[in-house]
Amino acid sequence: MIFRVNQSSGIPLYLQLMEQVKHAVETGALREGDQLPTIRKIAEDLVMNPNTVVRAYRELEHEGIIELKHGSGAFIKKPSEGRVRLIRKGQAVLETAIERLLSLGLSEEELRRAFEHELSQANAKRAQGTAKEGKL
Amino acid sequence: MTDFIIETSQLCKSFKEKAALRGLDLRVPAGSIFGFLGRNGAGKTTTIKTLMGLLRADSGSAHVFGSPVTDADRSIEVRRRIGFVTEDKELYPYMTVEQIICFTRPFFPKWRHDLERRYLEIFELPLKRKIPDLSKGMRSKLMLLLAISRDADLLILDEPTDGLDPAAIEDVLRELVAIAATSGTTMFFSSHQLAEVDLIADHIGIIDQGRMIVSGSLDDIKARYQRLRVVLEKPVELPVRWEDGVESVRQEGRMISLLTSRNVDAIVEQAQSIPGAVVERYPVTLKEIFLEQVRSN
Repeated sequence: MIFRVNQSSGIPLYLQLMEQVKHAVETGALREGDQLPTIRKIAEDLVMNPNTVVRAYRELEHEGIIELKHGSGAFIKKPSEGRVRLIRKGQAVLETAIERLLSLGLSEEELRRAFEHELSQANAKRAQGTAKEGKL
Repeated sequence: MTDFIIETSQLCKSFKEKAALRGLDLRVPAGSIFGFLGRNGAGKTTTIKTLMGLLRADSGSAHVFGSPVTDADRSIEVRRRIGFVTEDKELYPYMTVEQIICFTRPFFPKWRHDLERRYLEIFELPLKRKIPDLSKGMRSKLMLLLAISRDADLLILDEPTDGLDPAAIEDVLRELVAIAATSGTTMFFSSHQLAEVDLIADHIGIIDQGRMIVSGSLDDIKARYQRLRVVLEKPVELPVRWEDGVESVRQEGRMISLLTSRNVDAIVEQAQSIPGAVVERYPVTLKEIFLEQVRSN
């Protein structure tokens, strides 16, 4: 498993590592029982602070994605069936949507920007909703 | 006290009429890699020299391993636990690489011959060459070898990668993280290279005009500092007073860019209350934080 981090993105490095592990699990690149590299190995390969790797692993363990076995390392846990089905379903919805949008003539970049924008709009609306509920 | 390997409080130091440190509070947690940032002349080297007992502060206190840096009785014991790389990378000019290693070894009872051999090989240092004939990069590497091989609990590194080429910087940083991963050594290093600090530090302190202006865990700082982009549907009146924590506001037409240093959620909520506003949050890099803080100080 090869990880990469982009330090100029400003996104905390432990979050970038977590995202990559999750993505690898979702695409099947990492499966149940697979062992993740040691903390020292990642720290040296990516030239990053070992505590950052520790934090990423701890949070992944907290989210139930990996299991830390004392002394022997980090392993991918069996994902919950419900979650896997949900992600597969989401992927199918996205696939059809993307096909339609591409056939309409949108470029990949336009699509990417539109997706990001709609996502942040939805987030903003949800945040506003909860803020209003809080005030009532 | 023991939670912090280095701790200073209200440290002041002046040279003639010029104040170099003006009440510096610095706390370096045990086991951290602490990046000490600041512009030229901000007070970095003065701080480091004071910690090493090479300068005496005018007022305030400084402790290393819980001992005051002015405590002469514990000075040798404390110094045996510290590896130090100076800014000028100066070593006795009449010695060769081999001679300075042989000379340094007996001062440190815990000397690690295995590390000495390892770094001689990794850093490709020529044993028989005299120190003045070494390049600046080689002198940095030699000082690092001397600092690391004594099995220090604390490394104090003043611009350790200054003058090194990109490949050598990568070598040095990789070895530093390897040491941190295996031994839990605390590292306190000053640097101008924000990108390298962003990668290997877990704690940072930004010093400006002799004072600490930002300090803490890098993840926490990045969570507090965010760039908000607000896009308006039509020009409307903006809040005259933003919530606390807005560091800067820039407006171009219907687009507003805010930098926050804390209180992010309240600021987002305030921006969203502007009719027709769409608010997006972006992470910021250490470089943006540094430039913003140093300029506004």
